[in-house]
Amino acid sequence: MTFTLVQVIVGGLLLGAVYALFSSGLTLVWGMMNVVNFAHGDFVMLGMYVAFVVYTLLGGGPLVGAPLAMLLLATLGVIVYFALIRDIMKGPMLAQILGTFGLALLLRYSVFWWFGANFLSLPENLVGGTFDIFGIRIQASRLLAGVVALLVTLGLHLLLTRTTLGSRMLAVAEDATAAQLMGIRPDSMQAVAWAIAAGATGLAGALIATFFYIVPTVGETLGIVAFVTVSLGGFGSVPGALVAGLLIGVIESLSGYLIGAVYKDIVVYALFLGFLWFRPQGLMGKT
Amino acid sequence: MRFSYVIGLCSAAVMSVALAGNAAAQGKTVKIGAIFPMSGNAASIGVHVKHAFDVALDIINNPHPELGNFPLAKNGGLAGLGGAKVEIVYADNQGSPATGQNQALRLITEEKVVALTGAYQSGITLTASAIAEKYNIPFVNGESVAPNLTERGFKWFFRVTPIATDFARVYYEFLTDMKAAGAKTDNIAILHDNTEYGASVANTITTAFKEKGIAIALDVAYATNATDVQSQVLQLKEKKPDVVIVISYTSDAILLAKTMQALDYKPPMLLADDAGYSDPSFIKAAGKVSQGAFNRSSFSVGPAGSPTAIIAKMYKDKSGDDMDDTVARQMQALFVLCEAIDRAGSTEPAKIQAALKATDLKPDQIMMGYQGVKFDDKGQNILASGLIIQLQDGENYVSVWPKASAEKPPSMPYKGW
Repeated sequence: MTFTLVQVIVGGLLLGAVYALFSSGLTLVWGMMNVVNFAHGDFVMLGMYVAFVVYTLLGGGPLVGAPLAMLLLATLGVIVYFALIRDIMKGPMLAQILGTFGLALLLRYSVFWWFGANFLSLPENLVGGTFDIFGIRIQASRLLAGVVALLVTLGLHLLLTRTTLGSRMLAVAEDATAAQLMGIRPDSMQAVAWAIAAGATGLAGALIATFFYIVPTVGETLGIVAFVTVSLGGFGSVPGALVAGLLIGVIESLSGYLIGAVYKDIVVYALFLGFLWFRPQGLMGKT
Repeated sequence: MRFSYVIGLCSAAVMSVALAGNAAAQGKTVKIGAIFPMSGNAASIGVHVKHAFDVALDIINNPHPELGNFPLAKNGGLAGLGGAKVEIVYADNQGSPATGQNQALRLITEEKVVALTGAYQSGITLTASAIAEKYNIPFVNGESVAPNLTERGFKWFFRVTPIATDFARVYYEFLTDMKAAGAKTDNIAILHDNTEYGASVANTITTAFKEKGIAIALDVAYATNATDVQSQVLQLKEKKPDVVIVISYTSDAILLAKTMQALDYKPPMLLADDAGYSDPSFIKAAGKVSQGAFNRSSFSVGPAGSPTAIIAKMYKDKSGDDMDDTVARQMQALFVLCEAIDRAGSTEPAKIQAALKATDLKPDQIMMGYQGVKFDDKGQNILASGLIIQLQDGENYVSVWPKASAEKPPSMPYKGW
């Protein structure tokens, strides 16, 4: 009984780390650039397909796939910023929503057209199987994703709080005109933010692909959790997204095991709404 | 200005003449509406069914003497309608019951289809067929197994596939035989999603087993398109049932198979209820970690040279995938519908309905392993039947039960990976 409970909690933490990992990119653009990127889940999906193509063409695992996915997606992030986001940011909020939503569908159905609708999957044990520690099973692929989630969170946090680049990005996020008067180019800073966010998302996708199925609509399945994670963690707070991700993962696992899987979403969302009632800025967000 | 206006008029006139001529040359066509998931998480089903219907239309619209007595194969087009060709108008249900309903309405009122088929997910068949019923248009379903679909007193709904109650009986008899052969089958768990399909099939199995005096020990429901199934697997691992019956669509089935491996959980027997476990992309993605899974089916390829084997090969050439039970049942429904239209000799919905009611196909006239096709008053095929197949090597299903049609004996226990 207790053994299983420990396994449930460990599983929840690993799941939560994954949630945190693919939410970190969203928290950067949503929380700081004030753009709701509805194509976020589909960026994750693209990262997964990069990992798949790398495996089928080169036989390489996530060691090759993940950095490549990060680079390709970062490039895509910059392109998306200059081709789409820069213009729609000047428009009303609705234009942003519809613009990124259109981008989501474009990406989803381009992949659909190229790869087909079939479910794909990377071979099990691409990342060293499963550890068994006193009967508690820890999948290496999930552990890797969890460790990377921690590193990405730490890296982004240091970048934003300890570097000049980070301060400039924050300055632009706070007041683009004032930042421009201080000699910072808002355009470049925004583009850098998009590159980092999309890159982190691509990295997340490539790692998730090692234990999840790959299909053009997978962004839909994973996307919603990312939005919840970001709002619970607090807009723009990278460590907040990590804590929120872990929290959601553990609550989901525990409620799924103790009450029943069909109720776990109800529990998670009820707690989420209840929490926002008392603390609308999220766990670590600023008011 | 004026000159270009004249040119424009002229070219428009030429084009309309060309179009009209084209339409006349094609002769009469019979339009059938097909509602399937072409996008969303079940899109792979829509892709497969489109290939299957292309093959079916080839068989119906062109002469295929190699298929022998198979209905509609011998000559081109529908003989009863002077060789009219059949045309399919597709609609995407997007995995949503509301969309399925709207698409049924569009196909009937705007595309003027004479009959409908579809819609894969039981929950969508439910709403789409209600529109067909309202507009008095025949709806022939090939694959939705939720029992209540034929319990609504509908006059225009016909279902070719065996349904959950048939399969519950198959499961019961199969498990009884396995028990007689020494397997433990007393402690049964059901894992299912909360869709119309998952919930109703789980409910039907539970009721049917209860009538035989067997209680389902554990019922694990979950929301479909799960991001994680660890807690479900751990619940099963802790309760240690002898048999786990899985009722899931493809996405969840793949995740389940992978998670079972990660958590090192192997039930002694895993019995899947078609759907996800029959999707060829499931076998490619997770077949190797699901070795020994039992599944239900009504399709087996049969001996070389038989119509079923020829059709299966045509399908494989077209789609690149082996024919699976789901797509075969969908194709069978289209054949049943077209055979009825041919016999009716009319595209009038009421005459097609009357012909469907009089349908009486023998085993050698169909591609499925049914005992035939004959509808009762509720529109359910009373000759539908099923068998048990097993994914012994993780790549191909072989039929293992009943003994009479088994290619190999069932292999126990569940091997996994």
